[in-house]
Amino acid sequence: MSAQTPEQPAHFAFDEASEAEIATILAKYPPERKASGVIPLLYVAQRQMGRLTGSAWVPVAAMDVIAARLEVAPIRVYEVATFYLMFNTKPIGRYHLQACTTTSCWLRGSDDVVAACKKATGIQHFGETSEDGMFTLTEVECLGACANAPILQVDDDYYEDLDGPRTEQLIEALRKGERPAYGPTIDRFNSAPEGGRKVLLDVGDSGQG
Amino acid sequence: MVRVIVDGTPVDVPAGSSALQACEAAGKEIPRFCYHERLSVAGNCRMCLVEVVRAPKPVASCGFPVAEGMEIKTDTEVVRKARRSVMEFLLINHPLDCPICDQGGECDLQDQAYGYGSGVSRYDEPKRAVTDKNLGPLVKTVMTRCIQCTRCVRFCAEVAGTPELGAVSRGENMEITTYVEKALTSELSGNLIDICPVGALTSKPGAFQQRPWELKKTDAIDVMDALGTNIQIQARGGEVKRIVPRVNDEVNEEWLSDKGRFAIDGLLRRRLDRPWLKVHGKLQAVSWQDAFVAIARRLEGVPGSRIGAIVGDLCDAESMMALRDLMISMGSPNLDCRQDGAHYDVSDRANYTFSSGIAGIDEADALLVIGANPRHDAPVLNARIRKRYLEAGRGGLPIGVIGDMGSDPTWAYESLGAGASALADLMADGNPFLEKLKAAKRPMIIVGQGALTRDDSPVVLEACALLAETVGAVTDEWSGLNVLHTAASRVAALDLDFLPAEGGRSVRGMLSGGVDVLWLLGADEFPVHGIGPDTFVIYQGHHGDAGAARADVILPGAAYTEKQGTWVNTEGRVQRGFQAVFPPGEAREDWRILRAVSDVLGHTLPYDTIEALRERLQVGARHVTARRSAAEALSDSVLSKPFASSGASYYLTNPICRASATMQECASVHAPHAAVAAE
Repeated sequence: MSAQTPEQPAHFAFDEASEAEIATILAKYPPERKASGVIPLLYVAQRQMGRLTGSAWVPVAAMDVIAARLEVAPIRVYEVATFYLMFNTKPIGRYHLQACTTTSCWLRGSDDVVAACKKATGIQHFGETSEDGMFTLTEVECLGACANAPILQVDDDYYEDLDGPRTEQLIEALRKGERPAYGPTIDRFNSAPEGGRKVLLDVGDSGQG
Repeated sequence: MVRVIVDGTPVDVPAGSSALQACEAAGKEIPRFCYHERLSVAGNCRMCLVEVVRAPKPVASCGFPVAEGMEIKTDTEVVRKARRSVMEFLLINHPLDCPICDQGGECDLQDQAYGYGSGVSRYDEPKRAVTDKNLGPLVKTVMTRCIQCTRCVRFCAEVAGTPELGAVSRGENMEITTYVEKALTSELSGNLIDICPVGALTSKPGAFQQRPWELKKTDAIDVMDALGTNIQIQARGGEVKRIVPRVNDEVNEEWLSDKGRFAIDGLLRRRLDRPWLKVHGKLQAVSWQDAFVAIARRLEGVPGSRIGAIVGDLCDAESMMALRDLMISMGSPNLDCRQDGAHYDVSDRANYTFSSGIAGIDEADALLVIGANPRHDAPVLNARIRKRYLEAGRGGLPIGVIGDMGSDPTWAYESLGAGASALADLMADGNPFLEKLKAAKRPMIIVGQGALTRDDSPVVLEACALLAETVGAVTDEWSGLNVLHTAASRVAALDLDFLPAEGGRSVRGMLSGGVDVLWLLGADEFPVHGIGPDTFVIYQGHHGDAGAARADVILPGAAYTEKQGTWVNTEGRVQRGFQAVFPPGEAREDWRILRAVSDVLGHTLPYDTIEALRERLQVGARHVTARRSAAEALSDSVLSKPFASSGASYYLTNPICRASATMQECASVHAPHAAVAAE
């Protein structure tokens, strides 16, 4: 694994919005322990890239800036950024489609979700970006929302209880620039039963529920 | 002490020891890859598994602290089975390329696979392959062989203080890399080759040159800096193939600087392998006898006061002794070993040595560095300062620096100024750093050549002595005023009083026609072009460098690998190196040359064997009474210019490394960008 890729920008600097976030983050750590802020700062950098370039990733230049800010060796930041899959060390599409294919989601039909993603975006394999630069499809491990399987995480939002057609609809909406409400895509509140409450029906809404 | 029982034998180990250390104390060998006694514990290879009674499963002994009465079993079926399983996992992705691997024959993985490896593999799936990394001109990588013990990562971060290597990515994709391709900037990078337990990091200049079992091993002393690193020269067929460090906790622990390790190709290039004599302005190859006769003819009628001798930085004590005896017998008072023009207070041996001892750094609790750049002057000593700095914890070892550090010294410091005036400022009452030094129990002051090679150095030295006294750096049980030398020969030369005698001339005085005949024993580091045009120059040495270029007679000598000799390191430790290979061609050991020429000159030296010479040799003590050299006018006031360390690249400080292609490459790779632009 090497950082030598043509798309690496030569310079990176935090903008005003990011600086405000960083001030909040670093206030949480004692000054001599500020190296602990590396993960939040990587997120800040990734979000800033998403905001400014439409591709949420962390270039090496940004990692160097973070290392200087936290007074650690740059390699310590590279290690963290490459260890966690939430950080993209290469440019990605406008939307990052993260399909969970671990057991629960798989049993509940993640294959359909993945197939729909591929069909709607034209992506052939995991890790690729669509030709129009709109979508990057990644296979991820359990997202921890098995009760709402299968799940597609788009950037930071979970879209739950998906199937093939609804996934395609979601992607078409994203393509149009809409952001459908995250959460279950079926008639369900969070991970409550589909179609409403199934037990304790005699308890009123204002009751001791 | 804690009593633990290892395989039924009780042993006492200090509290806080690991189970592995307890097993070693009991004489049990525990296989390991990631554990290294001089690095932090990682515990990721799992090879050191042992059984602890009442523990539910085998434990990694390297990171398992001992407790009173703990019972450890190192050789049970459970342990053997566990280690076999670990070995099987390690070998899954390790290529079977031992026949073409430079580590073959000295590979931890190979050795331990004999004990714990299975003869056959159960693994049919594809093996992982990893891209090789370019870590610069010294360390070659074959990353597919890496077992990810992270010793190299820890070495860079902890010992070398240049955290450039890391483990990026995770799981199957984890790789040891610099991520952004770059040459390692450490002057200790060669040690990565030693600590890598497999063939992932090997020597780039030495790739595919030899097998370890073919090498003849000779103990010797490194001369590339004044630390006196204990080395082992490994040679085959009369050629030095490799130099590795020997363990000496009081000097170099188990590290060796890159210059000491990789300058060896310089021993084969630009060598003086036969005598030369300048006839009508051109050097001609001659016989030893003709060269001696030419010297004798030229010396005829020349009074002793018109003869001078300068010794170089790499000389052994024996040859310096022989040259001094020869010069004295010819009546010459013009002797000097200080090519850089350094001033020393030679009244007491403690005043020109690293008198606290190198191991004294481990005890220091405040440090002031004056005109030295330890990272360049002695990288291994610098690693020791860093070790102490890390051990002391945040703010535990205040370090002040007067002078220019150049590069990052790998420890945090307070800059107290650039020149001698900063010393006066420091001495002012209430200076915060002075208070820190005063508060310290064992304050240490390191004075480098940058402070000693100036016209105002006597004043600087006096100020340092006064400061040492003020802060209590020199007491009955602690001697904290240290001189860090850069020349391997210097302390021995000072011990031998290779200095201008009463009325004698120093190096500067011998230039510009100060003497008629000048004998250079491996001396190349002074302004050779300043030698007067009519001065007859005899160069005795091993490399065709600056001195030989100016010479009228060249006497080919032996390099440090080609002679037995005595060296005295910067702390005054007397150490002996042995002869690993023979000098090339007609070159001879230097003391023999001097003995032979003394015969021709009619001043026969009174010894025929090196043993007889050594009976006269009195290094390790100072017998001559003090005097301040009055040969040249010295500034009695402090000069304003900053303490400057030598401008030369770390990799090019002596004739051997200047002749080394490897060192030249390092110098160009690590050339400071600003300097390149300025040129």
